[in-house]
Amino acid sequence: MTSPILVGKNARRFTAPSVIPGFGLTFGYTLIYLGLIVLFPLATLIWWSSELGLSGLYAIASEPRVAAALRTTFFISFAAAVIDLFFGLIVAWVLTRYDFAGRRLLDAFVDLPFALPTAVAGISLAALYSPNGWFGAPFADYDIKIAFTRWGILVALVFIGLPFVVRTVQPIVSELEVELEEASATLGAGRLQTVLRVMLPPLAPALLTGFALAFARSIGEYGSVIFIAGNIAYVSEIAPLLIVVKLEQYDVAGATGIATIMLVISFAALLLINLVQAWSRRRFGHV
Amino acid sequence: MFEIAIAPADDRGAKFRPVTQDSPLARYALIVTAVLFLALFLLAPLAIVFVEAFSKGIAPFLAAFDDPDALAAIRLTLLVAALAVPANLVFGLAASWSIAKFSFPGKSILVTLIDLPFSVSPVVAGLVYVLVFGGQGLFGPWLAAHGVQIIFAVPGIVLATIFVTFPFVARELIPLMQEQGKVEEEAALTLGASGFKTFLTVTLPNIKWGLLYGVLLCNARAMGEFGAVSVVSGHIRGLTNTIPLQVEILYNEYNNVAAFALAVLLAGLALVTLGLKTFLEWRHADALAGRARRH
Repeated sequence: MTSPILVGKNARRFTAPSVIPGFGLTFGYTLIYLGLIVLFPLATLIWWSSELGLSGLYAIASEPRVAAALRTTFFISFAAAVIDLFFGLIVAWVLTRYDFAGRRLLDAFVDLPFALPTAVAGISLAALYSPNGWFGAPFADYDIKIAFTRWGILVALVFIGLPFVVRTVQPIVSELEVELEEASATLGAGRLQTVLRVMLPPLAPALLTGFALAFARSIGEYGSVIFIAGNIAYVSEIAPLLIVVKLEQYDVAGATGIATIMLVISFAALLLINLVQAWSRRRFGHV
Repeated sequence: MFEIAIAPADDRGAKFRPVTQDSPLARYALIVTAVLFLALFLLAPLAIVFVEAFSKGIAPFLAAFDDPDALAAIRLTLLVAALAVPANLVFGLAASWSIAKFSFPGKSILVTLIDLPFSVSPVVAGLVYVLVFGGQGLFGPWLAAHGVQIIFAVPGIVLATIFVTFPFVARELIPLMQEQGKVEEEAALTLGASGFKTFLTVTLPNIKWGLLYGVLLCNARAMGEFGAVSVVSGHIRGLTNTIPLQVEILYNEYNNVAAFALAVLLAGLALVTLGLKTFLEWRHADALAGRARRH
């Protein structure tokens, strides 16, 4: 990273002198396009919610149906991110450290939830877990319903969040230093002790980051959830769906209120990620 | 350094295991767990799309594409991608040029703001455009007075799609062009090439694979976007339904075969995208930005 040396008559320049042309054009276009497409519409949302005020937001959040949807979204997203954390670590470990037939293919398929349109994921998960589907039928024999209940939401969010954990943890697993493992072994640690106390701690920041990314994505997820959730008010209704419902009822203020609360939650998750990474850089020297 | 200490000596036979390897049992259990989990959670949902689409044979599958509404949805999806992807491509080039080739204060804030759409729920992305252009929105009354419709029409769908695919090209190009620095461009310019010629003959060849990578991901999301588009579309058959929205309508009408037939198109797009992406990461890894920060 070059730092501009702003001295003398260059002190008033915005950018350091350079022979490369086009700064004004590209920088100006970047700002205008970013402003028009992203910042101005988001500012409109903030302006709308500032009209509601804190008391207005609180009133919307404490409507029983909204409160139930926010709770459902929050807790199931959290549970899904925990499941992704556990299996994501195993998948990242296996794909990075072991070699077996089909490993590269599986590795490529980890990104499927990024590439598969959410509506397609939604209808296929609903088909799989409905009472007469491949996975739903065995459970239906024991009177357990997965699709069209909260379990369905959990399944969809686990699907959506998995690549975030795997792709965040994978590069760190591949960078684990074999010298540390050897040192640990020569000092008398068993294999399990080495894994738990020498190899897993450096993975903690990446695991936390992956967890927060999966959680933030799950909070906002819509397409893959609504087909399998059943969308029963107070039970299996998610917050993004309630925004759509409010808009269909022309309750723009209500929709804005829920959207603002969701934005606050996902920005808090982002802030957590940045804090974790800052801490990790100090503690481990990498992200 | 100490390989000799841990290298398997022949006379110890097959039972010897280096201290840095997990026991065969643990290894086997972990591989089985990972493969089973991926098969159940990733491969099964993909497989069921094709199974359901062809569950009644080839003819009903093909019949799903005889529907004028389905064809209109395919045309609209192609149109939206044809507008949204180039728009974000041009933006990605402009943003990465200004961010990677120049120093200015507030750069990291700008990079964070470019990534912002990824942390916004698709439904909220649709909602913000309703707040700007909708009937009760900021410009709603003015637009209505002038007979311009953006929400529940194609312009709203294009705008919402641009929003959700906004960072894809830029976030691939910015780190890539930062890694490559500006020495080659400076050399070309001091040798007398014009700025535009420098971009075309020096910069573009350096970033072409990264650019293609970003465009691929941007296009996949643009064609498959559901939440944001659903909010602004109005679901008018034959007019404002993209493929994902048409899939939803058919599915809700219990027209499973037709819904999954259209879903096969999108699943095929996802497979092609994954295939090309994997190929680029394998064949042109050195021409892509550091693999550590994907997505």
